[in-house]
Amino acid sequence: MFCLKRAIKHSSAFKPLIARTYAATSKGIDGIQEGVAYSNLLKRDPDEAFRSPELAHMSANNSGTTKMNLFQAVNDAMSIALTTDDKAVVFGEDVSFGGVFRATSGLAEQFGRDRVFNTPLTEQGIAGFAIGMAAVGHTAIAEIQFADYIFPAFDQIVNEAAKFRYRSGNQFNVGGLTIRSPSSAVGHGGHYHSQSPEAFFTHCPGLKIVTPRSPIQAKGLLLASIRDRNPVIFFEPKILYRAAVEEVPVGDYELPLGKAEILKKGTDVTIVGYGSQIYALENAIQLAEKRLPGISCELIDLRTIMPWDVDTVVESVKKTGRLVIAHEAPKTGGVAAEVASTVMEHCFLNLEAPIQRVCGWDTPFPLAFEKFYVPSMVRCYDAIKTAMEY
Amino acid sequence: MLRAHLRRSLQNVALLSQRRSFAATTKLLNNASVNVAQTTSDEPGRSNKSLWGSTDRFTNELKFMQQIESLKAYRVMDHTGTVLDPEHDPNLPREEVLKCYKSMVLLHTMDGILYDAQRQGRISFYMTHYGEEAMIGTAAALKPEDVVFGQYREAFMLVYRGFTLDEFLNQCFSNELDYGKGRQMPVHYGSKKLNFQTISSPLGTQIPQASGAAYALKLSGANACTLCFFGEGAASEGDFHAGLNMAATLKCPTIFFCRNNGFAISTPSSEQYKGDGIASRGIGYGIDTIRVDGNDIWAIYNATKVAREIAVKEQRPVLIEAMTYRIGHHSTSDDSTKYRDRKEVEERAQFDNPITRLRRYIEAKNWWSPQEEEEYRKSVKKEILKAFSAAEKRKKPAIKHLFTDVYDDLTPNLVRQQNELNELIKKYPEYYNTDDFASS
Repeated sequence: MFCLKRAIKHSSAFKPLIARTYAATSKGIDGIQEGVAYSNLLKRDPDEAFRSPELAHMSANNSGTTKMNLFQAVNDAMSIALTTDDKAVVFGEDVSFGGVFRATSGLAEQFGRDRVFNTPLTEQGIAGFAIGMAAVGHTAIAEIQFADYIFPAFDQIVNEAAKFRYRSGNQFNVGGLTIRSPSSAVGHGGHYHSQSPEAFFTHCPGLKIVTPRSPIQAKGLLLASIRDRNPVIFFEPKILYRAAVEEVPVGDYELPLGKAEILKKGTDVTIVGYGSQIYALENAIQLAEKRLPGISCELIDLRTIMPWDVDTVVESVKKTGRLVIAHEAPKTGGVAAEVASTVMEHCFLNLEAPIQRVCGWDTPFPLAFEKFYVPSMVRCYDAIKTAMEY
Repeated sequence: MLRAHLRRSLQNVALLSQRRSFAATTKLLNNASVNVAQTTSDEPGRSNKSLWGSTDRFTNELKFMQQIESLKAYRVMDHTGTVLDPEHDPNLPREEVLKCYKSMVLLHTMDGILYDAQRQGRISFYMTHYGEEAMIGTAAALKPEDVVFGQYREAFMLVYRGFTLDEFLNQCFSNELDYGKGRQMPVHYGSKKLNFQTISSPLGTQIPQASGAAYALKLSGANACTLCFFGEGAASEGDFHAGLNMAATLKCPTIFFCRNNGFAISTPSSEQYKGDGIASRGIGYGIDTIRVDGNDIWAIYNATKVAREIAVKEQRPVLIEAMTYRIGHHSTSDDSTKYRDRKEVEERAQFDNPITRLRRYIEAKNWWSPQEEEEYRKSVKKEILKAFSAAEKRKKPAIKHLFTDVYDDLTPNLVRQQNELNELIKKYPEYYNTDDFASS
């Protein structure tokens, strides 16, 4: 698997394909321009960047913004973490020259090769090494090159990192540990450059799982993850690395873990997603509100997948009575199953339609059939329609 | 003097290994008489091109390599406690030697009592250290600031560092004073104040962790190293490979200490590996390596002391393989007579017992008498039994600790689940008896 990994990572073919598949789709169904490039959710104006209550205080501080894509925002977050914390280090395979997705560019030069360094090619080693550093009070920001390759580290993450504090009675902890990893579909990643393994980890008490949808979110959530006193796995949707561009506050800021964000208010159906799936949902809502005149959808980004914000989702469903959940990962045993059953427990009397789950099929992630595999705009729209017409 | 001597022998091992791997080098150089810059393996910034661009890396000989001869185990005293070369006797002061001896006897006695207690069903599980008590030599050679990562058969380290009998027994009884709040199986000790990382069951996981912790110590400028224990069975795990390779490439001050006791539960080492034990692998990773007699406390002490110097002063890892024999069963869940001859075990226990060996050493120095032996054994047994009955009487930890410490704070889902359990306990008091548990 590593040979392929190595071969693909240097490929410059990602960029044009991302553009072709996601950004530059011609006005397709009902004139809707699909993809992150046309998203209304991205903050393209500096004033817009501070418009959320979570960032309002930054505007008051007169903090400026800079146009950044997602990999630059991740890089900026790590740069701030390394500046503000002498004990912070960044390491993994190929991070020293800047990383195969450029997320660590310039950090080794700025902070020294003792603090930003390459490791041998061993995921279980990277995770174990990071746990050891965190166990003696350092801040370890480890990178797993693709989320698809996190499985060799599964034992270290699940049996060691997650249980470190609990098993020692809080004598020791690995709160300083953050594992970053590029995840999810990229257009042509096939089996081992496309996976969304979050649900494997949500079944493991002791871990926090976070995934951002945009550069502003990536910076704030990553800084919060690095500083959170629990081990955090931070999945970065790799398709957004270059495609998602926002005006990002240049200052040091954190966004709260464990809090979902309501991106669009609505009254008839609650739509829940996270990561790059948010953009397919945005398009599905546009299509639904066009084709089913009068309906209004509420869009929620979970942001933290474990522990997830039950209250925000439950409150929304109590209002709307309908719920659609979407993620790229396979349906069976996926995060949507957890959300659906929890909402059913809390909102049984409010539900007016069966909860709809729009997910990847229960197959490995396929290369040639990606378009038919992913929970695309059309599949998400169809689920909204089903929920509304039930 | 002694240190220099030991360093030399370590370097010899490294040189020998270099000669073996590149046996053809000299010959080729003589024949072709080319003048190429020597590239040493420590040269920073070397690339594969510089290594393989010169002709001295090639040979006309078609020859596959195998282990040439087995590494010999370093020994200071033989099984009668006689020091073979006085220059290697660490000559520790009487109190220090007696501290080691008494710690070994204490551990041995505690093992006996707790093994029997498990047999009576009073604790759920136990693992003894029979035959491996000399490993306490590592503890004597370390500094308190050195961080220890263990596997599970390393209570000697805690005994030496001053973990009290109460602390041992509270853990084994999972009572309210157990630092681990009753969450882990017996013998999974940990002590923040003694720099002993909490034991976990998954084998080998501590190895790359020890490398990472050592790297952190290096960055923070601490004059300290980590010491990582594991058995020869655990060395077959992928984490062994990861941990040693990372420590070597990232120059981590860590001592890898392998207890090669011949068995991983029922699996003899002949089914565990085909090469020359674990030590031969260290050389392959570019790590200074030594094999020692694991029943000889002074061999272990000397090797660890020099290893610590290499690790801390030169900031790189060391591997020590201590050859010993697991005299006890693997654990209380194991009957080792099912896979090995009881007679063999008894012979080993009789002929080459690490405690007896050290006793002969201290008797020869007139530092210990049979009377003192008897008195100490009696008093230590009494103290253990006292701690035992105190620990057995204590309450289990408060039930709230089922939910605490999963995260730094209770997460909303845990709050909900804790309330749910509390309701159940109230609803079914006849089913959930909480009398044995501390109130929160």
